[in-house]
Amino acid sequence: MSNWITVCDEADLIPGTGVCALVGQEQVAIFKMRKDNAIYAISNYDPIGKANVLSRGITGSIGDDIVVASPLYKQHFSLTSGACLEDAERGVKTYSVKIEQGKVLLKNAAMR
Amino acid sequence: MNKQRIVVVGNGMVGHHYVVNLAATALAVDITVIGGEPRPAYDRVHLSAVFDGKKPEELALTTREQYEALGVKAHFGDFVARIDREAKQVVTKSGRQFNYDKLILATGSYPFVPPIPGGDQKHCLTYRTIDDLGEIKASAKGATRGVVIGGGLLGLECANALKNLGLEAHVVEFAPGLMGVQLDDGGSKMLRRKVEGLGVKVHTGKATKLIKAGSAHRLCMEFADETHLETDLIVFSAGIRPYDQLGRDAGLQIGERGGIVIDYHCRTSDSDIYAIGECAALGNFIYGLVAPGYRMAEAAVSQLGSDKVSFSGADMSTKLKLLGVDVGSIGDAHGRTEGAQRYSYCDEHTEIYKSIVVSADNKKLLGAVLVGDAKDYDTLLQYMLNDIELPDSPEVFILPAVDGAVSIGLGADALPDSAVVCSCYAVTKSAICSAVQAGASNMADIKASTSASTGCGGCAALAKQVMDSELLKLGVEVNNDICEHFAYTRRELADIIRIKKITTFDDILDSHGKGHGCDICKPTIGSILASYWNDYVLKDEHIGLQDTNDIYLGNMQKDGTYSVVPRVAGGEITPDKLIVLGDVAKEFNLYTKITGGQRIDLFGAQLHELPVIWRRLVDAGFETGHAYGKSVRTVKSCVGSTWCRYGVDDSVGFAIDIENRYKGLRSPHKLKFAVSGCTRECAEAQSKDVGIIATETGWNLYVCGNGGMRPRHADLFATDLDDETLLKYVDRFLMFYIRTADRLQRTSVWLENLEGGLDYLKRVIIHDQLGICNELEADMATNIANYQCEWKTTIDNPEKLKRFTHFINSDQADNNLAYVVEREQRRPAFEEEKADLIKLVS
Repeated sequence: MSNWITVCDEADLIPGTGVCALVGQEQVAIFKMRKDNAIYAISNYDPIGKANVLSRGITGSIGDDIVVASPLYKQHFSLTSGACLEDAERGVKTYSVKIEQGKVLLKNAAMR
Repeated sequence: MNKQRIVVVGNGMVGHHYVVNLAATALAVDITVIGGEPRPAYDRVHLSAVFDGKKPEELALTTREQYEALGVKAHFGDFVARIDREAKQVVTKSGRQFNYDKLILATGSYPFVPPIPGGDQKHCLTYRTIDDLGEIKASAKGATRGVVIGGGLLGLECANALKNLGLEAHVVEFAPGLMGVQLDDGGSKMLRRKVEGLGVKVHTGKATKLIKAGSAHRLCMEFADETHLETDLIVFSAGIRPYDQLGRDAGLQIGERGGIVIDYHCRTSDSDIYAIGECAALGNFIYGLVAPGYRMAEAAVSQLGSDKVSFSGADMSTKLKLLGVDVGSIGDAHGRTEGAQRYSYCDEHTEIYKSIVVSADNKKLLGAVLVGDAKDYDTLLQYMLNDIELPDSPEVFILPAVDGAVSIGLGADALPDSAVVCSCYAVTKSAICSAVQAGASNMADIKASTSASTGCGGCAALAKQVMDSELLKLGVEVNNDICEHFAYTRRELADIIRIKKITTFDDILDSHGKGHGCDICKPTIGSILASYWNDYVLKDEHIGLQDTNDIYLGNMQKDGTYSVVPRVAGGEITPDKLIVLGDVAKEFNLYTKITGGQRIDLFGAQLHELPVIWRRLVDAGFETGHAYGKSVRTVKSCVGSTWCRYGVDDSVGFAIDIENRYKGLRSPHKLKFAVSGCTRECAEAQSKDVGIIATETGWNLYVCGNGGMRPRHADLFATDLDDETLLKYVDRFLMFYIRTADRLQRTSVWLENLEGGLDYLKRVIIHDQLGICNELEADMATNIANYQCEWKTTIDNPEKLKRFTHFINSDQADNNLAYVVEREQRRPAFEEEKADLIKLVS
């Protein structure tokens, strides 16, 4: 049985920005990069600003890390590892995400 | 031990300086001050400011109470009539006697009135004291024309005073040129040209023979060349003479050209009597400037202690603003040193004259004259004072820097540690270096910790060089790259985008950057793109560049919701529109607050509510207020002539026009404006990036003020402007700022870091020195033409509206939001409150 669930159309993702999907009770921020169309998913909850806002941050790179900057206090979270670059104690959860036939699929965390 | 009795005769600037310096020592002294004027010491140098609106009491350097607090016994309005050296006693005109152990003569000088027949009649005045000002003011009543006899430094100051009193001002000078002591021929001519351009009539080579009653005016001056000039009042300012009579009467040695003779310790021929300031002569020279007077006072104080300092003369270089004209004179301005050679540069178009005098071997700077542009004064002075070897082509000092060329200042490394960089606050190079070592890394830090560049600001460029050089030495790389993705400053990026006509982030990242970009370079470039092309910020190619505030056209608050701020141009709003705001706030349960920019902020809107709210607002005639952008925010206004009984112009109407002209303009940081309808300044325009104040004769324009974290009073930029000229200057000013400022640099900090400061800015904006004003205006015109209300565009575009939901795959709202009611409105719950609230809900 597949534990991937469809959350939205690929066309809903504007390169360089993020959206937030609700999966069970979890809020997941999904990003598509502009340069290589790669997609990433992490928790939408900013553990420092304590609000569900990460999908609304600016994406980019710091060194080799692909990151999003929190729109509240600008800490950077790695889109690959979920680590916070400014505060090693405060990472966020990452999710597996893929695109198939124009749909964005997220691995259901609860079923992982 | 008995205290030493010190009696100070005279309470001018130098006498006062002596008193405070002496009181600051630990010496056991009993200080008595006897001042001839009815008031304690005041700032004589800025006397003419009284005619510029300053109150005489604002010139005061001290008060009777302050003297009392220092333990100084002070007596004003009583002259010392004689000195009894045998009894070591002085006797005043009113008969009071004071015994001294040491006597300090600081009696100053008096204006020289040439012995011209008729020169002692009514309306023939002098310019030296606050009382003189009163007489000049009284005489100016009913007068239309005033003449100053004397075209020196004080004479021109005085001409400015007459001009400020509303008189047609004339200067009559015996010598062939103005300020002949400080300026060479070329400098003198340029000064004349500029002064005449300001409406002051100059007559040189005129010897006044007789003053008699006039016909059209009160008086008539007859000159040796048989010409004449009618006037209502005459002010003599033909030089000063030392007040040395007390010394003469007491038998002290007097100099050949007057003045009480002193030695290097400021001691007169009587070892218990000192003389300081303009009444003293050292080597037959009288120092008629305040700075050398201060040095004498300090030297004289030191003689009473163990650490004795001597006064062996002083540099008479001077930099000042006369009638608004910058004038600088350094060292041997006339090239009298043997073998001296002069380089000069004269630009009659922008009215700038510069010349330098160098030694026969072309290696040392001996003197300089600067008129119209004195920003290199400090650098040149350093060269002369420190005997620094000149570069091979000294002419680079006076030739204008072609745009883009490296300006040839004095390398900071060439300065000795003891070099005084800021003469206003006597800040040395080593003091700046120490500040850097203690952590200062920008000019704002340097100013805060050393006061350097906070006086006249003339040393800003040099101070910055010293700072940069020290930072380099400390291994702090002065890297101005905006971030790791672009090896350019914001200014360079702006140039690249403008010149190469780049319209997207992807293009500039491909051609000039690396990596994916980040939250520093993306919004910066987004802002530059918007400043030049003013494209819709939510286009797919721009949207990823924007901070969340810009993406969702609202200000994100701490819980992730947004606030809504519609534009209320000039702060003028109809009751109907107020009701709409009230209705909307009520319907969506928005917390409501009046902002500092005279509009209304509605807080707590969730993403999905924003388009609905804005549909209502746009339909009611509101536009976005751009409160979310680094952009023009508001133009605050007072009610002005619309209602106010003092208003001299329509500040509200003009504020609305200006706000509509510049609304939506993206810039390196937010911009705030204000317009006041009269000088009472109720709109607080002088704390804004652009401040406009109405006067009877037009608008006064102030720039680069700031409230907020680091307040800065705005600088007066131009006066008496009509609407059209004012808008032209503001267009240019804003575009120049957008073009050259750093990321997140407010106009205040930008100006403080701008080499050449306010004067340079004026040359660029008013005189178009860089020849870019047409371009700046065109850039602004493009921006204005492309304006759109981003909310109107957005709510009309279903594709864009898709983004305004919390979840892409659900209509639910964010379940982490929780509120409590306080003062009858809701606010986000604090973390500790939230745990309980959310539990209750779920």
